[in-house]
Amino acid sequence: MQAPYSRYRNDPDAIRALVRPREVHRDVYIDDEVFELEREHLFANTWVYAGHASQAPDPGDFITCEIGGKPLLISRHTDGEIYVNYNRCAHKGTRIAGEACGNAGKMFRCPYHGWAFRTDGSLLSVPLRKGYDGTGFEDMPMGRGLAPVKNFRVYRDFIFVKLNDGGPDFESFFGDSLSTIDNMVDRSPEGRLILEGAPLRYMHRCNWKMLVENQTDTCHPMVAHESSAGTAVKVWKETGRNDRHPAIELLAPFTSTYKFYEEFGIRVWPNGHGHTGVTNSIHADYSEIPGYWEKMADAYGEERAKAILGDIRHNTVYFPNIMVKGPIQTLRVFLPLAADRTLVESWTFRLAGAPDQLFARTLLYNRTINAPTSIVGHDDLEMYERIQTGLRADGHEWVNVQRLYEDGEDLDEAIVVNGTSERQMRNQFNAWVRFMTQSMTRGMSPAGIAANPAPAAGAERPVAR
Amino acid sequence: MTGAEPAAGSPVAEKDIVAFVYAEARLLDERRYEDWLDLFAEDGRYWIPAEWDQTDPAMQPSLLYEDRFMLDVRIRRLRGVRTYSQKPNSRCVHVLQQPSVEAMDDAANSYRTWTPFHYVETRGDEREYFNGWARHDLMLEGGALKIRLKRVDLVNLDAPFGNIQLFM
Repeated sequence: MQAPYSRYRNDPDAIRALVRPREVHRDVYIDDEVFELEREHLFANTWVYAGHASQAPDPGDFITCEIGGKPLLISRHTDGEIYVNYNRCAHKGTRIAGEACGNAGKMFRCPYHGWAFRTDGSLLSVPLRKGYDGTGFEDMPMGRGLAPVKNFRVYRDFIFVKLNDGGPDFESFFGDSLSTIDNMVDRSPEGRLILEGAPLRYMHRCNWKMLVENQTDTCHPMVAHESSAGTAVKVWKETGRNDRHPAIELLAPFTSTYKFYEEFGIRVWPNGHGHTGVTNSIHADYSEIPGYWEKMADAYGEERAKAILGDIRHNTVYFPNIMVKGPIQTLRVFLPLAADRTLVESWTFRLAGAPDQLFARTLLYNRTINAPTSIVGHDDLEMYERIQTGLRADGHEWVNVQRLYEDGEDLDEAIVVNGTSERQMRNQFNAWVRFMTQSMTRGMSPAGIAANPAPAAGAERPVAR
Repeated sequence: MTGAEPAAGSPVAEKDIVAFVYAEARLLDERRYEDWLDLFAEDGRYWIPAEWDQTDPAMQPSLLYEDRFMLDVRIRRLRGVRTYSQKPNSRCVHVLQQPSVEAMDDAANSYRTWTPFHYVETRGDEREYFNGWARHDLMLEGGALKIRLKRVDLVNLDAPFGNIQLFM
């Protein structure tokens, strides 16, 4: 939507003014221009999750996704490596792969004019090539093939992409937060995750950041989920049964007390990453899966296996927009579609070499908590949508994030704090300002040119013959 | 109807099975959830797959795969005073194509139907529209027809949905 006048574009100071130490301005959630700038800047300057390499195990396999509104094509080439290109034919602009995933065979063939590209994106052939003889074809960028995305990293099969060139490298951006991914992968006796099953896709009419903040919001479950988890526990007690119901085992911890959450701790890392559940978590007391411990002990030795399984951290936010649950092997991706529209895709991992029953629990968790049919999801979405409309009210223009705020807190410090602190939310907004303004220059230059150089420009790819 | 003719002396007639499917949908439309729950057998299940041609409710992703206990939880939640996502309440309407009786097996106590449907769930100013096929796997329990499995396959099961709070 076109704003009547531009309040934030090319004005990093105006962006900075949206975030104060203890509160954030409502425009970060409801303003269409801020949202467009997030797509142009925040999602281009950060390392954003794009897919999992287990989705493309064989040569010719591909995954498509969008980051910051840009269509991307991730493929496994004949050399066994993953490549990331823009999903756009070098010729006229046709999106070259149309499905979420699949196998392209030996080449991507554009369905419009038949230009063909190898599975690393390089140009393979052009029909009636002689029509370009003497026209300087080789000097044109299209002569090289699909536009590659230079900055991507496959970390233990998690594919992260950074569209812009500037800013921190992968290791600096994530730092010690990668320990959550490490722990989830290590939970496989073979040290390997397999993304399995369709994602549960859940449309939210709210800003994407509300979902990210909610991942470390420990003061809402006992209130917002009284209707779901609370009712489940109540109805279970009434049955008088003494066995463990698998869904109750997952739901009951949502009714934990404030004290429980205060004590379990939150760890924050620089650049907006952090996790809840340092010393304890709602995932700490699940039933043992027969045969799993033996496989882990065999693979790692008892001491190391105990350490891996003893790390029961709750929700890990990888800024900007994913959340990982190591002990339950789920991944939630919060895809921003508009200021007031977010698609949540919740994915499940199978731990290679682990008993089936473990994956069954992962699936049970996903549908019980993350599905559009989830009673827990219903509680949360109702709150997000009420916020999205409530924020239009005047009087208070600021959203409060000051629980356990301390004067002079250094948000670039990795630290463990009280589990009901909103420090992780403040950490996210600190990172938000950093990566929103990193590539934003003051002035009147047109969007997308001076302020945001095309990321693929200058990317090296040999000219195809 | 595609099912075989019932044997003489069959404990249940095809028309009873068809009537059961219509009556079940009507209970949901009339918000008589407790009566609806009584239609389920002791080990009855309600299943909405999340994949096309899904074969396994637990080892493949499902939107729902609930036993009677969890259905009861859902119903109690819908009636709860602190269930804010039901302020205002949702309403629904089922429009069923005539159920096709696919199997009548007295010996196995197994009766199956297939019913294309349209379903609308509304809440406040919002209206969501769903379409698919319901499969009822029925049995006789204490002389009455009961649901062993109600499976709902949505035609667009891979699309993103907003809240689905009631029962299809």
